[in-house]
Amino acid sequence: MIALSPRGRLFARRYAENRAAVAGTALLVTLALASFLTGVVQAALGVVTDRVDLYHRLATPSLAHPLGTDELGRDLLMRLLEGGRISLEVGIAGALAAAVLGTAIGLVAGYRGGLIDGILMRMTDAVIALPLLPLLIVLAAIDLRKLGVPPELARSEVASLYRIVALVALVGWTTVARIVRGATLSLKAQDFVRAAVALGATPTRVMLVHILSNLASPVTVATALSIGNVILLESVLSFLGLGIAPPLASWGAMLSGAQETITIAPMLAVYPGLLIFLVVVACNLVGDGLRDALDPRTLQRTRTA
Amino acid sequence: MTSHILRRLIECVIVVAVMSFVIYGLIGLMPGDPIDLMLGSDPHLTSADVARLKTLMGIDQPLLKRYAAWAAAALSGDLGYSRLYVRPALAALAAPLGRSALLMGISFVLTLAVALPLGIVAALKPRSRLDHAINLLSFASISLPSFWIGLMLILMFAASLGWLPAGGIADVGGGGVGDRARHLVLPVATLTIVGFGTFARYMRAGLLDVLGQDFIRTARAKGASERRIMLGHALRNAITTVVTIVALSFGGLFSGALVTETIFAYPGMGKLIYDAVLGNDYNLALAALLLATIMTLLSNLAADIAYAAIDPRITYR
Repeated sequence: MIALSPRGRLFARRYAENRAAVAGTALLVTLALASFLTGVVQAALGVVTDRVDLYHRLATPSLAHPLGTDELGRDLLMRLLEGGRISLEVGIAGALAAAVLGTAIGLVAGYRGGLIDGILMRMTDAVIALPLLPLLIVLAAIDLRKLGVPPELARSEVASLYRIVALVALVGWTTVARIVRGATLSLKAQDFVRAAVALGATPTRVMLVHILSNLASPVTVATALSIGNVILLESVLSFLGLGIAPPLASWGAMLSGAQETITIAPMLAVYPGLLIFLVVVACNLVGDGLRDALDPRTLQRTRTA
Repeated sequence: MTSHILRRLIECVIVVAVMSFVIYGLIGLMPGDPIDLMLGSDPHLTSADVARLKTLMGIDQPLLKRYAAWAAAALSGDLGYSRLYVRPALAALAAPLGRSALLMGISFVLTLAVALPLGIVAALKPRSRLDHAINLLSFASISLPSFWIGLMLILMFAASLGWLPAGGIADVGGGGVGDRARHLVLPVATLTIVGFGTFARYMRAGLLDVLGQDFIRTARAKGASERRIMLGHALRNAITTVVTIVALSFGGLFSGALVTETIFAYPGMGKLIYDAVLGNDYNLALAALLLATIMTLLSNLAADIAYAAIDPRITYR
C-alpha cells in the first residue's frame, strides 16, 4: 500500500465511504481494463475480431460472437470494447486539454487583473453565450486541408481523434477558467503569495509554483466532472457523422449505423447507447465523489446535517 | 440599470460582429466552394472557366475583402440564396424557426412542469428515500444521450408497437392538428426526458440553500406556518436561481434540439443547420448560425435583466 499523508488518508476514507462513487469507479476501471486488454479478451474468447464478414451480417449471439455481429459482420462485443477505449481516451484527453487551456486563461486573468482580466473574462462570457452544438458541427465539418494540413494526415483516423480533442478543448475551457480565476483572485491576496512576491519571485514563478499548486483540488474536480460531458459530446458528433472516422469504432457512430437496421437488429441500437449512458453516469458519480471528498465545505455540511 | 442594459446591448453587438466574422471564416473552411459545386453538376466546365468564375464571384479575393462585401450585403438585409431550399436564405429560415419554437416551447413547459415539483419535493425532505430516488432520476436524465433515448422511443413506440409515427411533422395527406400533435409526441418526450434533470437539480439546490438561511429560522421562530414559510419566504427566494437558468437555456431553444430534430426528421432550425452545413449550403448555414447566435445572446441578456428585476438585492452599476 502506498503511504498516504494525513490529508490523503482523509480523502481516501471519505471517497471510500461514498458508495455511489466507488461503484462508478469500479465500472470505469472494469471497462477500461476490458477495452485496453481487448487483445487478451479476443484470445480468451477465441474471436477473430474486426474482420468484415459479409456472409455473417447481423448474426444473433453465438459462442463465436457473444453479442452477435454488426451490419458488416464484425464481432459486436469487440466493436463495443474498442468504442469504449476510444470514448475513454477522448473523454480524458479532451477534459485534460480543456482544463489546461482553462487553467492558463484563468490564471493569467486572475493574477494579472486589469485590462487583460477584462478582455479574457469578456471572451469567456462570449464563448459561454454561444450556441454550442451548431458551432461544433461547423467546426467539425471544416476541411483541414484548407488549413494547410497534408491531405493524407487530414483524412487519417488519428486526425479525427485529435480533431475531437481540440474541439472539446476549444469550447470546454470556460468552466475551469472561471473557477481558476476566482481561486487565483483570493490566493493572490494571501500572505504566502505576497511573501513570495516580496522575496523577488517573478510573476511566472508565483503563478506556476505558488498559486497553481493550490488549485489542484478545484481543477481536478472540474476536470473529472467534465469527462462525462466530453464523452457525450464525442458520441453526439460521431452519431452525426462528424466525429470519430470509421473504421475506428465509436459508440455514437455505431448508433447512427444501427438506425438503419433498427427494425431487424434492435440490439445494435441498444448496447452502444446503454454503454454511453453507464459510462457517463459513472464519470459523473466519480466527479461528485471527488468533489465531496476534496471540498472541505461539504465536509462541514455533512457533519452538521 | 438602463445604462447597464445599454452596455450589455453594446457588448452583444460586438460579440455578434466578431462571431459573424468567425463564422464567415469557418464556413469558408468547409470542404469545397460554390465553383466546385458547379463543376460537379457541369462536366463541360474547363479549368479556364473555373478560374474565370472564381474571379467573377470574388472567391480569389482575400478573406477580409470577401467578408466586408458579405457584411455590407447582410446589413442591407441580403443574406444570399439558399441552394438547398432554392429561395433567399432569410425566407428559408422562417418556417423552420416557427417549427422549432413550437417543438421547443412545448418541451420546455413540460420539462419545467416535471422538474420544478420534483426539485421542490426533494428539497423538502433532504436525504430521505424520496430525495435519493429523485436525485437518481435527475442523474439519469443528465447522463442520457438524447439521440439514444430518441432511438429507443422510436424502437418501442414506432417500430414495435406502431402507436406513433417515427418522424416528420405530418402524414402524407394529413396535417390536421391531431396528426401534427401525434408527430410531436416522441420528440417532445425525448427533450423532456433529457432535460428535466438539470432543472430539478437546480431547483433542489436553490431551495435547500434558501431553507438553510437565517430568515427562514426567524420566520419559524415567530410562528409562521410551514405553508407560509414555503410559499412566502423560501420559494420566492429560491426561484431567482431557477429563473436565471431558465432564461439562460432559452436561447438554446432556437438551435438546441439539433440532435433530436435530426433523429425525428423534424424540419426545424436544428435540422436546417445540420443539413445546411453537410449540404454545402454556405449562405443558409451562415444565416442560420448567426440567427442562432443572436437569439442566444438576447436570451442571456434577458436572463440578466430578469435576475435584477426579481432580486432587489442586485443592483447594476
